[in-house]
Amino acid sequence: MLDVPDWPGHDAGQHVDVRLTAPDGYTAQRSYSIAGPADGDRIELTVQHVDDGEVSDYLTTVYAIGDPVEVRGPVGGWFVWRPEHTDPVFLVAGGSGIVPLMAMIRARAAADSKTPFRLLYSARSPSEIIFADELRRRARDDRGLDVTYLYTRSAPEDWPGRPHRISVADLNSAGWPADLRPACFVCGPTGFVETAADILVALGHEPRRVKTERFG
Amino acid sequence: MSIVSPGFSGRRRGADNRLPPGQYLTHDFPVLSAGPTPRVPLDRWEFRITTEQGEKHTWSWNELQELTSEQITVDIHCVTKWSKLGTTWTGVSLDTFFEDVDTAADYALAYSYGGYTTNLPLEDLLDGRSYIAYEYEGEPLAPEHGGPARLLVPHLYLWKSAKWIRGIQLQIEDEPGFWESVGYHDYGDPWREQRYQGD
Amino acid sequence: MTEHLDGNDMAGALSEIFAVDVSAATAPCASCKRVNVVAELRVYGGPSAPGLVARCCGCDEVVLRLVCGPGAAWLDLRGTTALRIPLPPG
Repeated sequence: MLDVPDWPGHDAGQHVDVRLTAPDGYTAQRSYSIAGPADGDRIELTVQHVDDGEVSDYLTTVYAIGDPVEVRGPVGGWFVWRPEHTDPVFLVAGGSGIVPLMAMIRARAAADSKTPFRLLYSARSPSEIIFADELRRRARDDRGLDVTYLYTRSAPEDWPGRPHRISVADLNSAGWPADLRPACFVCGPTGFVETAADILVALGHEPRRVKTERFG
Repeated sequence: MSIVSPGFSGRRRGADNRLPPGQYLTHDFPVLSAGPTPRVPLDRWEFRITTEQGEKHTWSWNELQELTSEQITVDIHCVTKWSKLGTTWTGVSLDTFFEDVDTAADYALAYSYGGYTTNLPLEDLLDGRSYIAYEYEGEPLAPEHGGPARLLVPHLYLWKSAKWIRGIQLQIEDEPGFWESVGYHDYGDPWREQRYQGD
Repeated sequence: MTEHLDGNDMAGALSEIFAVDVSAATAPCASCKRVNVVAELRVYGGPSAPGLVARCCGCDEVVLRLVCGPGAAWLDLRGTTALRIPLPPG
């Protein structure tokens, strides 16, 4: 949670650039998606520790409540969803790509929107699902939100099928038919995003309706 | 005005008086790119020097391997502030290639597979100051570091050491290359901290 | 294939220069004419690189380049014919 004085507000899907400066002037910078609607001047980022990641390492282990940090944003006007968009929405998340999509789900709830949302969330295993409890709760309580999980390495006992990488069948059954012209948002590592986006286009979705954000 | 982040020191790095101003010492070998890594099959690889008159001198991969090579140990300095000391390379001095080249040109534009270019004065390529390098630390140069062969000009910032070197065009007038045409210095001496135009 | 990110990654750096967000702008490729959305360009480089190089999703030619130096930024747009930048209403 960061308190950013004079935060101008942001749209779901936007991110901030966080810059760290060492005493000798060395700097490192990374982008982080904002995880939910603003609470006045307070914004929420979800940072996963990455091995050998100098910024995530600092933010998840050294950074203490109250420490200053340089933030630029909100950034990004393409990969956003606003409650006034009422077309059905299909969210496709790979790993930490769930963060900006979670912001969209939370924004939908905060606006009491009736727009139908479907989420397909691909992770390596159940323990790697971020926001697990909240997603379970929202899938149950938020009207018009459907959540489907896809596991690539190990799956829970009650999950139908074997762990596998995202496929045509997954996107076809978890998503909306192309003729409904849904707004699709795909976020995750570059390889995942390219595969998923290509499949959606092959399923008949217009390329302009498939928005992507690559996390590298 | 940057805010110092309490407790942040970044990746392990240090200071050393062999470093040019503003540089940090690194122990890894960062890969920075401006585009997809070109893949060049050796049977189609060639290196060409073209004079200002249009005269071409070309070497195939096999011909390159037959030229006298040297193993050199040099410090390299990237404009993005990292420096790596004592790197070893195997390559052929540009003096060898220029032995039979007749030219009155003062400038060179090095160009690479994939479209990258960089400019420098011809004299900075000669007198033992540059190499066509094809091995790094005794192993064939990896594609992400510029393999099969790259230009190596250690006395200038590393963006002048064009990866995936394809040829050198000799010119009467200096012409800015890829980075030079979008803000970087035409010469690039790390010891005078010539990073950007106007430095 | 070298990993690249996308134009969303450039949005922060571009926000230092443009008064409005340009990630939703369209940039036709000067080489192959494909109409790219800035957010979807293939972006190489980043804060730790000499600059950002954004390439066409169709032909991989350079569409735009951005270098941020101390006190000045250089923006090269010769790889596109014109940006169409959506403006907020009012």
